[in-house]
Amino acid sequence: MGTFHHGKHELHGITVVVDTDGPDLFVGRCDDILDDRVVLRDVDVHRDGAHELSRAAYLERAAQWGVFKTHERLVLDRARVTSIRRLGEL
Amino acid sequence: MMYSPLMVNPMREELVAAGFLELTTEHEVAGWPGKAEGTALLVINSVCGCAAGMARPGVRAALNEGGDGPDHLATVFAGVDREATAAARALMPQVPPSSPSMALFKDGELVHFVPRHRIEGRTAEDVAQDLRAAFAEHCA
Repeated sequence: MGTFHHGKHELHGITVVVDTDGPDLFVGRCDDILDDRVVLRDVDVHRDGAHELSRAAYLERAAQWGVFKTHERLVLDRARVTSIRRLGEL
Repeated sequence: MMYSPLMVNPMREELVAAGFLELTTEHEVAGWPGKAEGTALLVINSVCGCAAGMARPGVRAALNEGGDGPDHLATVFAGVDREATAAARALMPQVPPSSPSMALFKDGELVHFVPRHRIEGRTAEDVAQDLRAAFAEHCA
């Protein structure tokens, strides 16, 4: 159930986990999903090998508490996105 | 984003009518007994349509069920009462800011938290069940 803002993707306003074909995993509020890009707000990033927590531990913590945002807004290349999941369903 | 108080009054009233004390200043949060004693539910209210629209009815349904419930009920409104919201969030610094959200305290300790992403896409009854389970565990 999204917010049904006109012209936005159905995940608009929903907190999502965006996986990519690289080391980065993003958790943030979906603003829109377009053919060529994914726009997120209030985002945190987990980078394999550079974070204090493993990806699994990071996701477990995020699912329980949420994340502290480190970016107000990020635009991701849709071609590099491998999955988009609702954080609330992890 | 800051919202007009006039716009959010009906959203405030949904919780006030259910017995919640509105905390609109840092001073009021500091003086709220629930932050230190007994069991206390603090709801961070918000305008967000996708989640808050289920959060408020969910909270009300959980409290209307009867049975064990918190000793204290209070709410702050994110995006409107900025000072009070910051003070409320300072009671649980380990938790990322999230609105709407719900925090259950026992003798000043955070014992259960429902972040926004656990409300998004769920029904009011789902939210109520989550809270009822927390009340049964911590407020008995």
